[in-house]
Amino acid sequence: MIKLKINGQEQNWDGDPDLPLLWFLRDEAGLTGTKYGCGQALCGACTVFVDKQAARACITSVSDVVGREVTTIEGLHPTGDHAVQKAWRQLNVPQCGYCQAGQIMQAAALLIENPKPSHDQIREAMSGNICRCGAYQRIENAVHLASTGV
Amino acid sequence: MNILTNPKKLRGFERHIKVDNVSRRSILKGLGLAGGFVLAAPVMSRPGFAAYQTGADKMPHGTVVDPRVFVSIASDGTVTIVAHRAEMGTGVRTSLPMIVAEEMEADWSRVRVQQAHGDEVKFGNQDTDGSRSTRHYLMPMRQIGASARTMLEAAAAKRWGVPATEVKAINHEVVHNASGRRIGFGDLATDAAKESVPSVEGLRLKNPKDFRYLGKGAIGIVDLRDITVGAARYGADVRLPGMKYAVIARPPVTGGKVASFDGAEAMKVSGVEKVMEVRGWPWPSKFQPLGGVAVIARNTGAAIKGRDALKIVWDDGPNGKYDSVAYRAQLEGAARKPGLVVRKEGDVDAALKGADKVIVGEYYVPHLAHVSMEPPVAVADVKGDKAEIWAPVQSAGGTREDVAKTLGIPQENVTVNVTLLGGGFGRKSKCDFALEAALLSKELGAPVKVQWTREDDVRSGFLHTVSVERIEAGLDKSGKVTAWRHRSVAPSIASTFAAQTVHQAPFELGMGLVDMPFEIANVQCENPEAAAHTRIGWFRSVSNIPHAFAVQSMVAEIAHATNRDQKAMLLELIGSPRIVKLDSVKDLWNYGEPYDSYPIDTARLRKVVELVADKGGWGRSVPKGHGLGIAAHRSFVSYIATIVEVAFDDKGKLTVPRVDTAIDCGTYVNPERILAQMEGAVIMGMSLAKYGEITFKDGKVQQGNFDDFPVIRIDESPAVTNVYIAPAGADTPPSGVGEPGVPPVAPALINAIFAATGKRIRELPIGKQLEA
Repeated sequence: MIKLKINGQEQNWDGDPDLPLLWFLRDEAGLTGTKYGCGQALCGACTVFVDKQAARACITSVSDVVGREVTTIEGLHPTGDHAVQKAWRQLNVPQCGYCQAGQIMQAAALLIENPKPSHDQIREAMSGNICRCGAYQRIENAVHLASTGV
Repeated sequence: MNILTNPKKLRGFERHIKVDNVSRRSILKGLGLAGGFVLAAPVMSRPGFAAYQTGADKMPHGTVVDPRVFVSIASDGTVTIVAHRAEMGTGVRTSLPMIVAEEMEADWSRVRVQQAHGDEVKFGNQDTDGSRSTRHYLMPMRQIGASARTMLEAAAAKRWGVPATEVKAINHEVVHNASGRRIGFGDLATDAAKESVPSVEGLRLKNPKDFRYLGKGAIGIVDLRDITVGAARYGADVRLPGMKYAVIARPPVTGGKVASFDGAEAMKVSGVEKVMEVRGWPWPSKFQPLGGVAVIARNTGAAIKGRDALKIVWDDGPNGKYDSVAYRAQLEGAARKPGLVVRKEGDVDAALKGADKVIVGEYYVPHLAHVSMEPPVAVADVKGDKAEIWAPVQSAGGTREDVAKTLGIPQENVTVNVTLLGGGFGRKSKCDFALEAALLSKELGAPVKVQWTREDDVRSGFLHTVSVERIEAGLDKSGKVTAWRHRSVAPSIASTFAAQTVHQAPFELGMGLVDMPFEIANVQCENPEAAAHTRIGWFRSVSNIPHAFAVQSMVAEIAHATNRDQKAMLLELIGSPRIVKLDSVKDLWNYGEPYDSYPIDTARLRKVVELVADKGGWGRSVPKGHGLGIAAHRSFVSYIATIVEVAFDDKGKLTVPRVDTAIDCGTYVNPERILAQMEGAVIMGMSLAKYGEITFKDGKVQQGNFDDFPVIRIDESPAVTNVYIAPAGADTPPSGVGEPGVPPVAPALINAIFAATGKRIRELPIGKQLEA
């Protein structure tokens, strides 16, 4: 039996320890905010925090996160009002919205590491997250807005 | 209340009409396969009375203008408006209900949006593609809102015993000015529901100067908060009690099938519950599943791991030799010989022979995959002769029809719930994944989710065509273009519906080939033959991509050859402001719209060129290593012009400091989402220009994921993208937004690269062509 801590709650898993965390979150724990996009850490749609650092849940196995804290989009902020989430809403960033949870988690992780990133640093840090709708200009501006409040 | 207590009543008024239509489903008719569609349309379906006509009522099931179907008001005043089109990122789930709210004087903060299930008799056409939603539904939605408002006003007037002309709905209340009385929509709901629905002809529409929401762009999308907190529900997010998770190993070659398989190793994988062969249809068969071997498990991860352990022997069938290198040579050969003439003015052969100079350009655009961030996925629960589907489909009505046909049950027994779409781009116009889920659920007697992996999406989808475009332009001594021959060779989407298809369909020819708007005396467009060897499907902007790439590259090539400015050359070719006459074109498609309302108007094309040139600073001096390129194109009856600035550093690395785009889409509803669509179109256009290429070898797709089918990421995106919406009079009919932004991007980028480097790219993607 594997014990996991997700969004502050204990979860148990008695299946394959190699199961990608992504599928545990989505199919077993019902936390569907974390999305599947590629399965190979190429697109960032499945980005979560593992101990406050961005991780791709599709290549992280359930056994990799034993004893560590996993945070998903559902647990980023108790009322959904993290500075990044608010900035996203202010700039009406999403189009289809599917990649946005991963984008927001990546942006939130960036701001933990670097509270005032430059535009170049934003572009570099966010370059692992694909948005096929192409909302990049607004993503960049929203991360900037979240970091500066303006 | 519930204005819509029993919309099913409408069915009693159904009458059968023969509809001549242009939709994806109706393509069968054009090909003579279905023996003509006879479609049921409700009596409420009628053409808009507005000053302009659209093709809306020629779509299957046309439009339904009935507030009882689309609007309900609760006693607490909450107004619920039905969104009957699919949301894939264009904002339509916000924009169409907003139109209703505008006309009925509802307060947007008290409006809820409810997604319609698939039922075109009830809601009208739901096929969300072709950039049609706003242009087909602006007027019907206004009429629905105005009807609801009229019913509320009538109910209030009756209650007060005053003439209806003395009362007025204002912001969720009806007001009687003379007495100062007012009453909220919630209090009027029950009475309003008893009012008869007013005739469309007698409706009073709001004066556009009184609009609160339309044309303002101040409202966020309805799903905004849910998206930012992970609560938005896409197809992939549907979970049912007892639901099984499935992935399918599909034939790697189009038209192939399973020869034999061994599922023993797969069954050993923890969490795998069953391995079974699933039914496939012979190619081509429209949207029917390819078949293969399904692995059913307790979660998706186990199903994928199980599938990796399958041993399958495939019978590749007739497309096992499909090879992109050889196929390209074949297309080029065809483009160098005469083909079926699809437009002819003057005598192009004589004009080319007599020309002072002939410029020839041969352009190549390969297959492309949609790679929407949410790969195809669907949930089905089939019990006996009833089926319920949850899926991110662009065509809810079409999905319902196809599920019914595939399972052999009546349409009335099929419920299609439309989730949010994690991107669509035309891929999700095809409901094959929903059919797979339905078939599996029937077999298993349990709800099933079929999840496509990214590799499935890239390898087993419905690809954008592959084409060679050859243009010969003849110039006289003064540099004036007097002859233009354009040959377009590409397998047609029609090949997915009918075997032996070798010519592009009118809707493909009409996307930038035969509707080319230049003022040239001798024009000939030809379509040599090309047979398909994989499933070809709609991809955002469709044939406009290769056609505009060729035409707009050629404009810059002529400009260079005659030492003229690209923009000046473009305007010279567009010629005088006029309505283009295309008498020699048989079956001019015009995006399904009547030509009177939506002609090719070169004044509008010139206007966006001038607008983008003015705002975008065309002709500005740029630093060394930079270059500017321009392109303009009419598609989906909208007019777009785009300027791209490129920059090369010392090491030859390409970046895009700035893009400017201007759009004239007529009357518009939600300019904020128009900006979003145009910003996104720039990224999609850059992706296909820089990287987009699907290739085949031995019949199999050689790419599989974002490593070998890359798309533009944020670090390569333009530093700035500026969008300008051309002002349009309220009497200019609305036109497309979702797709028309894409086609000008690639040629503008390529023309900019030429300006910066002197290197002319004629084949996409750019890939490594700029190296060394």
